[in-house]
Amino acid sequence: MDAILFWILAAGAVIASVLVIGQRNPMYSVLLLIASFGALSGLYVLLGSPFVAVIQIIIYAGAIMVLFLFVVMLLNVPTEEMPTGQQAKFLGGAGPRRFGAILSAFLAVQLFWAMRALSAQPMPGNETPATTVAAIGERLFREYSFAFEATSVLILVAMVGAVILARKEHQ
Amino acid sequence: MDARLIAQLGVIGFTFFMLLNSAAILVYMERKVAALVQQRYGPFLVGPKGLLQPLADIIKLMMKEELRPLAANKWLFYLAPVVSATAAFAAFSVVPFGAPTTFFGLLDEPINLAPADVNVGLLVIFAITSMGVYGIVLAGWSSNSKYSLIGALRASAQMISYELSYGMSFAAVILMAGSLSLGEIVNQQSGYWFHVIPKWYIFIQPLGFFIFLTAGVAETNRAPFDFPEAEQELVAGYHTEYSSMSFALFFLAEYVNMVTVSAVATDLFLGGWHGPFLPESLGWIWFLAKVFALLFFYIWMRWTLPRYRYDQLMEFGWKWLLPLAVVNLLVTAFLTIKINGW
Repeated sequence: MDAILFWILAAGAVIASVLVIGQRNPMYSVLLLIASFGALSGLYVLLGSPFVAVIQIIIYAGAIMVLFLFVVMLLNVPTEEMPTGQQAKFLGGAGPRRFGAILSAFLAVQLFWAMRALSAQPMPGNETPATTVAAIGERLFREYSFAFEATSVLILVAMVGAVILARKEHQ
Repeated sequence: MDARLIAQLGVIGFTFFMLLNSAAILVYMERKVAALVQQRYGPFLVGPKGLLQPLADIIKLMMKEELRPLAANKWLFYLAPVVSATAAFAAFSVVPFGAPTTFFGLLDEPINLAPADVNVGLLVIFAITSMGVYGIVLAGWSSNSKYSLIGALRASAQMISYELSYGMSFAAVILMAGSLSLGEIVNQQSGYWFHVIPKWYIFIQPLGFFIFLTAGVAETNRAPFDFPEAEQELVAGYHTEYSSMSFALFFLAEYVNMVTVSAVATDLFLGGWHGPFLPESLGWIWFLAKVFALLFFYIWMRWTLPRYRYDQLMEFGWKWLLPLAVVNLLVTAFLTIKINGW
């Protein structure tokens, strides 16, 4: 049962992610990304950590993607057109095509190598995986408190920066 | 299949059926209360006291023609109401509505009277509620109509703004209960102080309850915060272009969301199924009574208060409700540490 669910969710996540890149309409890309996050969250449930699954939905699918959707809707990003003229000629030429083929072959080889190297040795896992909310909180605020606080400062800096960039100067 | 599984499936089916019915009952209640407030009769022709009016409404909605504007995006236009209704029903899936029961000894071990008891229940509700925004945004965008788009933008801006205060108000309850499971939170509220006052969180967290209810009204887009469908300016907001059953799905989603907010408020602040005079096994009667009272309040408010102005809504949400919620959370955290220690 778990195996079937895993394959369905994993296939869903991969297919949705591939389709995200393939869309010409940015609206569809955003929606497919949400679907991909949903499938990922299902995988977290299968791994036995419902907290991470729910957080994945709340933060990524719920908060961040709504902002993406807003930007796409408000800026009225047009559907991407097929490249024409000079640009199409260049991209369709023999040079870029061969370069692309070599790059993707290289990526495939690298992935294959990484997979083999990984399956040869046991996964480095925590002895006591933190799955409950209490356990995660304990780890976060005891062992990783510095990383946690540093991240929050980083986000604050980013927010201040965004406000300064977006602010209109009144002379 | 063992008896427990069958019982659990029965509970799920029953909950789904009752949620569907609750929408019909609420439509009738809404119209009757509105009539009462405005000194009219309300529906009284179909069936005794007009009780069959919702049924007639449903038949009418099903018989209507399904219209779609030519400029609309076909797939997203039909996806939107489905997303809305699915999110509304799914949010109720972790809400317990009665004490664990054996169904008069039919089962060996008691099962929870909830479709599913998850230990991160509250977060699940929060997550699914935040998915509901997509139904509205997609409806507004895919209709390709200015009224729909403005309605959808307002709805999502409003829901995102009030979601913060909403989350903070129940974070305070989580701090006090020390659990994210709704069943656990309800059980913490059993018993009495001085044998008279029930140990409900509303008495310790009156401010939290107020914030939760206000944010809940804004989340469900109901009056006095019903900007997404402000009929004087936006025709009907995000569902302007919808007809027949796809419109009915939005309608259903709105009422089911109201029921969910009231049920969660009952579990978090009003002691769930705990109450005087009734044994634990009949606690669901208390639960129903409390949810009904909250829903009545919802409807009463809609027909009493005028709509706010949009800037007032945003100002209230960000400048008053959110700071209040933050202060409430901090004070609760401080006192919890003081009393319970680390």
